[in-house]
Amino acid sequence: MRFDFDQLQHWIGEKSRVLDLGCGDGTLLKLLADNKQVVGYGLEIDPQQIQTCISRGVNVINQNLDRGLENFEDNSFDTVLMTQALQTMRYPHRVLDEMLRVGKECIVTFPNFGHWKARFHLTFKGRMPVSDLLPYEWYDTPNIHFCTFKDFEVLCREKHINVLHRQVVNERSAQVLGNLAPNLFGETAVYHLSK
Amino acid sequence: MTHPFPDDSVGLVAPQTLVFDEPLTLACGRTLQQYELVIETYGELNANKSNAVLICHALSGHHHAAGFHSTEDRKPGWWDGYIGPGKAIDTNKFFVVSLNNLGGCNGSTGPRSINPETGKAWGADFPKLRVRDWVHSQARLAGKLGIAQWAAVVGGSLGGMQAMRWALEYPDRLRHCVVIASALKLSAQNIAFNETARQAIINDPKFHDGDYLAHDTYPKSGLAVARMIGHITYLSDHVMGEKFGRELRSGSFEQGLDDLVEFQVESYLRYQGDTFSDSFDANTYILMTRALDYFDLAREYNDDPSVAFRRAQCNFYVASFTTDWRFPVERSREIVDALISAHKNVSYTEVESPFGHDAFLLPNDHYRESFTRYMASIATE
Repeated sequence: MRFDFDQLQHWIGEKSRVLDLGCGDGTLLKLLADNKQVVGYGLEIDPQQIQTCISRGVNVINQNLDRGLENFEDNSFDTVLMTQALQTMRYPHRVLDEMLRVGKECIVTFPNFGHWKARFHLTFKGRMPVSDLLPYEWYDTPNIHFCTFKDFEVLCREKHINVLHRQVVNERSAQVLGNLAPNLFGETAVYHLSK
Repeated sequence: MTHPFPDDSVGLVAPQTLVFDEPLTLACGRTLQQYELVIETYGELNANKSNAVLICHALSGHHHAAGFHSTEDRKPGWWDGYIGPGKAIDTNKFFVVSLNNLGGCNGSTGPRSINPETGKAWGADFPKLRVRDWVHSQARLAGKLGIAQWAAVVGGSLGGMQAMRWALEYPDRLRHCVVIASALKLSAQNIAFNETARQAIINDPKFHDGDYLAHDTYPKSGLAVARMIGHITYLSDHVMGEKFGRELRSGSFEQGLDDLVEFQVESYLRYQGDTFSDSFDANTYILMTRALDYFDLAREYNDDPSVAFRRAQCNFYVASFTTDWRFPVERSREIVDALISAHKNVSYTEVESPFGHDAFLLPNDHYRESFTRYMASIATE
């Protein structure tokens, strides 16, 4: 199981209503349906991913996130999720606003651009980081808005977003280092937010 | 001789007629004392009768949805691409029931039938029908076939409206509702197209206020124009452009020539209107378009489709097509939004297709795959 999925499960209530933005193949929603009996819906645009969701019996809605969430009412979900996709959004800050409008709580996970490997790459090679954590070349990447954990904290402060929980998860390196110095050794951030 | 039909075809099929003697009171207040429905079935009903799927047809559809009526048949039923062994509605798994709706002209009781009270054809006096009347008659059909609960009720366009109405009228009698290229209600533009089509029929001198059968005649040209208008709205601008462009069928624009110029698209549309009006009934066309116009799923639920859908107990699958301007994607999104707001299970596919409203009948990878997987997921229940 993906480590960020494992972590965020603890923050989702039994039988709650969950909206997963960019739900992919529906793995997370299926997990939450099995473990937490949530009533979940996923938004996705990739045809193959949508088809896999349908096969899994996951509610999937063909909707482009660039369209926003204007078709969803305020506070109509207990939790709105977005895993590993915030950095692919055209306007991440507006997406966060929308998530917090539609959901009573939100959970976002994203890769840490402040990780030592990225810093090392940029500092000593002088090139945009390409690594096992960030496998894309700069000119052909879905990740157009990278940030570090610190950057995200600043955004939350400026927007008066309430951080309920924050957790660093490391899949490829020692978790203890990630806990010690998250912005340097943390791979993935998992944030639990409310208005 | 080798097998004359493709392997994924249900093959040779034959319609059957069922007679219903229990009077059916209609939404308009009138009562049909007795009526007949023509149906076709494909596949086998399982022992606990849990694998039945009802197909609801669109405006000019009928019971012949799949397979062939004879080895000489050049064309299969109207939804053969999606009903058959291994197809989206897999007849190896499901028992499929397809009917000609009440008021139709393909064998079920309709304007061409004899009114037992007068001994003459109903003609224009056939009661006006609404979508719910069809749903009630289909529920009686289910009863007669011993089907207490459909695995799914499936329909495209006007058929999707019937499927949605089923979910509200008989919530415990279907497990899944499949709504393709449909809408909660028609737009003013939709109604305008339908009215223009009706006026074409009504203003044909051979219409005789709908009593053309008594006058031993038929408003063929009016019905043909009505179909031409409808047909334009089923295709996309893109498809018409690709298929016909400004190609000429005859004549020339050469200077000095006074030829009558005919575009290919004119000839195509006239052919469509012509063949349709040979086989369809004008009163049925008026009746069906009116049922479309009158339909408004949430009318009796405070005009709130989310309140309406709260009655439903089934799960939903909704699909729409990007170039469909008769039932645009926005109409399907309204259905989906209302279902989510009503806390119902729903999956929705918005399919890229150049083929307009007709796309729901045509081959398309994403549509076929999504539809097939949804049906496969419910077949294992």
